[in-house]
Amino acid sequence: MTTLNISRAAVRRPFMRRRKSCPFSGTSAPKIDYKDTKLLQRFLSERGKIVPSRITAVSAKKQRLLATAIKRARFLALLPYVGT
Amino acid sequence: MALYESVFIARQDISSTQAEQLADQFTEIITGNGGEVKQREIWGLRNLAYRIKKNRKGHYIMFHIDAPSDAVQEMERNMRINEDVLRYMTIRMDELPEGPSVMMQVRSERPDRGGRRGGPGGGPGGGRFGDGPPRGRRDEERKSDAPSDDAPASKSEDTPTEAKTGGDE
Repeated sequence: MTTLNISRAAVRRPFMRRRKSCPFSGTSAPKIDYKDTKLLQRFLSERGKIVPSRITAVSAKKQRLLATAIKRARFLALLPYVGT
Repeated sequence: MALYESVFIARQDISSTQAEQLADQFTEIITGNGGEVKQREIWGLRNLAYRIKKNRKGHYIMFHIDAPSDAVQEMERNMRINEDVLRYMTIRMDELPEGPSVMMQVRSERPDRGGRRGGPGGGPGGGRFGDGPPRGRRDEERKSDAPSDDAPASKSEDTPTEAKTGGDE
């Protein structure tokens, strides 16, 4: 059974990309906090835009929290609204 | 009574002691209206990500407050009036976090960061992008990077990341 499953997956997806898990869920996940600019910066593009969750693999719930955190940080001038 | 977290930014021209006096003043307003300031954090003079009222830097001060809403409103009213306050933000919290916030840890752990950001006035985000792209696909970058090695290191770091974001679509 197991071999069958593996082979089928391999056929369907020749370039198997491992499904990334949400960086904010799990036991040792960081807390989303608007003060943590170092963390929030990882979810911004070079122009300061919020990176879509389909690229960062953040879950929908956490993405909403992340967006508010980034917007709070922007308001307090901890993060730029527009970067270079 | 409700829990709040309040941050305000004071003008860069005032001294840090004056900024603390300002914080004392707001603390008094809270206590005078039946509230309590549980914790005060002074993040010091930080660079702003963009200019606010012609200021490039500001004194950041954070409060953890347990107070009725009237007290917070009164404090915010005073912050609006006071011209030394560039900006303030108060957030309702379900529970106040214990211990020092991330901001204090970052400053103590990485003193180099403050110096680098405070360098040239022209580029506020200058050093930031040197930290490298956060997401994967590192191997692809290196491959495309290898033939054109003659370019300066900083330039060659920037261009592939731009190409990468385009390729993600």
